[in-house]
Amino acid sequence: MSQILTDAPQSPKILPIHVPTDEERKGLTKKEVAADHPTWCPGCGDFSVLALYFKLIEKRKMHHEKITTVAGIGCSSRFPYFVQAHGAHYIHGRALPFASGISLSRPDLHVFVFGGDGDAFSIGGNHFNHTARKNIKMTYCVMDNWVYGLTKKQTSPTSPLGFKSKTDQWGAIDYPINPMKQAIAAGATFVARTTHTNPNHVLQMMEAAMDHDGFSFIECLSECVEFYEGAFDSSNPRKGGQFNLVPPTHDVTDEGAAYKLAGEAFPGSFGIFYKVNKPTKNAKETEINKSMQEKVKGLKDWEILQKNFDRMK
Amino acid sequence: MSDSSVVAPNAGGAPKVSKISEAVIRIAGNSQDGIQAIGGFLARLAGRSEQEVMTFMTIPSTISGGPSIFQVRIGSGEVLSSGDDADVLLCFYQHSYEEHIKSLKKGGIVLYDSDHIEAKPEWQKDYHHLGIPISSLTVEAIGGTAKDKGKNIYSLGLIAKMFDLDLPKLEKLITERFAGKDQSIVKNALAAFHAGYAHSLGNVLETFKFVDSKGKDGQQVVMNGNEAIGFGLIAAGVRFGAGYPITPWSDIMELLRRELPKYGGSFIQTEDEIAAISMAIGGSYAGRVAVTGSSGPGISLKTEALGWAIMAEMPLVVIDVQRGGPSTGMPTSIEQSDLNIACFGSHGDAPRVVIAPADVEDCFYSAIEAVNIAKKYSVPVILLTDQGIATRIEAFTEPNLEKICQDISPTFTPVADHKPYDLSKADGITQHLPPGTWIQSGKYPIVTGLEHDELGHPTGSPKLHMQMMAKRRKKLQALGNTLPTPKVYGPPEGNVLLVGWGSTQGPIKEAVDRARAAGDSVSSLHIKHLNPLPPGLENIFAGFNNVLVVEMNDEGLYGFGQLGGLLRQRYCDPKIRGINKTDGLTFKVKEILERVKTNVADGLRKH
Repeated sequence: MSQILTDAPQSPKILPIHVPTDEERKGLTKKEVAADHPTWCPGCGDFSVLALYFKLIEKRKMHHEKITTVAGIGCSSRFPYFVQAHGAHYIHGRALPFASGISLSRPDLHVFVFGGDGDAFSIGGNHFNHTARKNIKMTYCVMDNWVYGLTKKQTSPTSPLGFKSKTDQWGAIDYPINPMKQAIAAGATFVARTTHTNPNHVLQMMEAAMDHDGFSFIECLSECVEFYEGAFDSSNPRKGGQFNLVPPTHDVTDEGAAYKLAGEAFPGSFGIFYKVNKPTKNAKETEINKSMQEKVKGLKDWEILQKNFDRMK
Repeated sequence: MSDSSVVAPNAGGAPKVSKISEAVIRIAGNSQDGIQAIGGFLARLAGRSEQEVMTFMTIPSTISGGPSIFQVRIGSGEVLSSGDDADVLLCFYQHSYEEHIKSLKKGGIVLYDSDHIEAKPEWQKDYHHLGIPISSLTVEAIGGTAKDKGKNIYSLGLIAKMFDLDLPKLEKLITERFAGKDQSIVKNALAAFHAGYAHSLGNVLETFKFVDSKGKDGQQVVMNGNEAIGFGLIAAGVRFGAGYPITPWSDIMELLRRELPKYGGSFIQTEDEIAAISMAIGGSYAGRVAVTGSSGPGISLKTEALGWAIMAEMPLVVIDVQRGGPSTGMPTSIEQSDLNIACFGSHGDAPRVVIAPADVEDCFYSAIEAVNIAKKYSVPVILLTDQGIATRIEAFTEPNLEKICQDISPTFTPVADHKPYDLSKADGITQHLPPGTWIQSGKYPIVTGLEHDELGHPTGSPKLHMQMMAKRRKKLQALGNTLPTPKVYGPPEGNVLLVGWGSTQGPIKEAVDRARAAGDSVSSLHIKHLNPLPPGLENIFAGFNNVLVVEMNDEGLYGFGQLGGLLRQRYCDPKIRGINKTDGLTFKVKEILERVKTNVADGLRKH
């Protein structure tokens, strides 16, 4: 008979420590939640998204261990290093399936995923569609700067036609992706748009996204001052642009109306375009587990397996 | 059929009954004929009769139809391979008859459906032909609507008669198999079976009876390699995983998808292979030892993520059910050509663990070992099986599940402080704390694919890169030191040592038995832990004049297969040479022996 050569390892030795109750613990300060100093260029829009994430944590009195921040690869994806909490910096384009692994196995956590437009819509495009359609509970904030920044100015999937980059010296010729349309069409149940130049609005969208039970997507315009300066000026009142909120008459459950909003010419509208309540994959999997476990009620794990083995005799 | 005496024709009267210790039965038809069901019944019957059994099957890569075979070798003694030549060939069509008659022993019995097959006169002197209108007799027994359905069960009746198999046990197996379906289906199946059993074997000169088995210790279970891996993972405590469908891995993901919810776990079908491994790694990060798997093409896609798991030191089990490659290759053929990608597939220096189970029972225990190594050393472990072992059915002693089943649920006990990549630890082993764990110092680790410091924060320091690289290497060296040196099968010194890995263990051992019976000096060594290799192999090699690595892969540019190359690289021993093939079929015992002879110019005897 074969033998198992390595026993299951024991849990690491834990030093006894005083554990205060949740009520005894204070909310986190910005200082306590800030980690490495961001590596972003001075003036980068991503600073404002990070600051508002801190603010969200502070405002919602989240404790360190309940925060899980995940990102792929890109300038914006260095995000988790700057947050003093559990987090993962995964490979390019695959942050969503990684985050899904956490979300689906840990109902006690709300996972935040941050990334850029290349990560989300180019190399990770397939994952975006499927995570949205499965309605896996998490918040995905895409800091869209319309350019590849980390690799120094190549055309991105959201670069507008005519944008001159190192890979399109004569100007971009490929039609850009419309992230809002993409999200709505893929089946995301919460789709919102904001911009780094309006901090209060970013925070509002983050809060609403976090409270949404499902896959919540935020497109946050975040200017790359190094490689696409001024890209979003026309959405910034301080630069003479216009910041238009989604009209109060807009019905967020109306997919067609949301799609229409998404089709507006830049700068378009900001706010929640689409929000519906549909059972999440998390809830559906739990439902399956409940009904399957009902059939093996009272049995220990080995006894459930024994039933399979008895049928193979 | 060993032990069976040569048959002398006897005029009239009952056929002679020969006592046999084992038999090889090959069933040839099309994939929709249910021939796998006949094989399955025979295998489970053997399991219930404390006999050994091993099956071998081929499946066409078409969705429905296409020629298919199922071979069963049943023995009262040890059964190491599915057998070279068949004693009995049961065939349903002209093409199955013509294609497979050569796999029958001279003097063997060909049992054929005379409704579809015209026997060739030139073959009648070498093989005993027994034509029975199986299709029409089945229709007669269970009615016309059955069409081709049921002829497999009718044939099972014929075989049961020919081998004097245990009738009540078979009836029970058939009833169990169709239980839960319409009562008329059970009734029809039993009617077909009884009709086959009652049919006269006509001019057959001989029937057979298995000698009593030596008896196995305890109850036996019967399953294939894919099932053994799936159940092994569950026993090991795996409760989360993700995968994407690909032949022949899909069976494992289907099993886990179906079974894990009973244990409160989940197995997720993802949009692609990369998402599958990524989701599994996410599950591991969240505190589980998660599992993913695939076959060749999918493993190629997963390697970037695998490199991340090695860099971030995440526990993970990756199953690779190998098939013929490269690229889409030969999806339903057997090959052992993924050893290199399993050991080295990734950019950068990315050490990981590779284990290859030898048989179906070993699949079960190796799955548990893979989980435990992944958890203890916080490292991805690749479990390499192949198409042959995945689909072959074997009987083995039922494991004591109460004792074996493990609980590896994560704990979230708060800690004062934590450094996952602590460089002061001599063995280099990382221990992660899953999210949800409160670290009271307020300093939280991060996991990343960038080179990092002890807390996981990125670093460009050349010194740290070297230290961390050494750390990831050292922990596997530490593991290597704990691995047992495999035992030589046969004398520990001699002329030829056959070295194998994975599913070829059986035929290699049988080749050793046969060679030694003929007076040749041949031993064998099976290597299960392929990366890191166990200690002490060089001492074993020193005892032999020739070390021949038997592998189902190509001899490569320099004349060595993939394990052969690895062993040469490791031991710099010019005695190491290869016996390789890529015909997509398991090694036959005689094939190994012939190749050994041509490889060892000075003969097999020890000088």
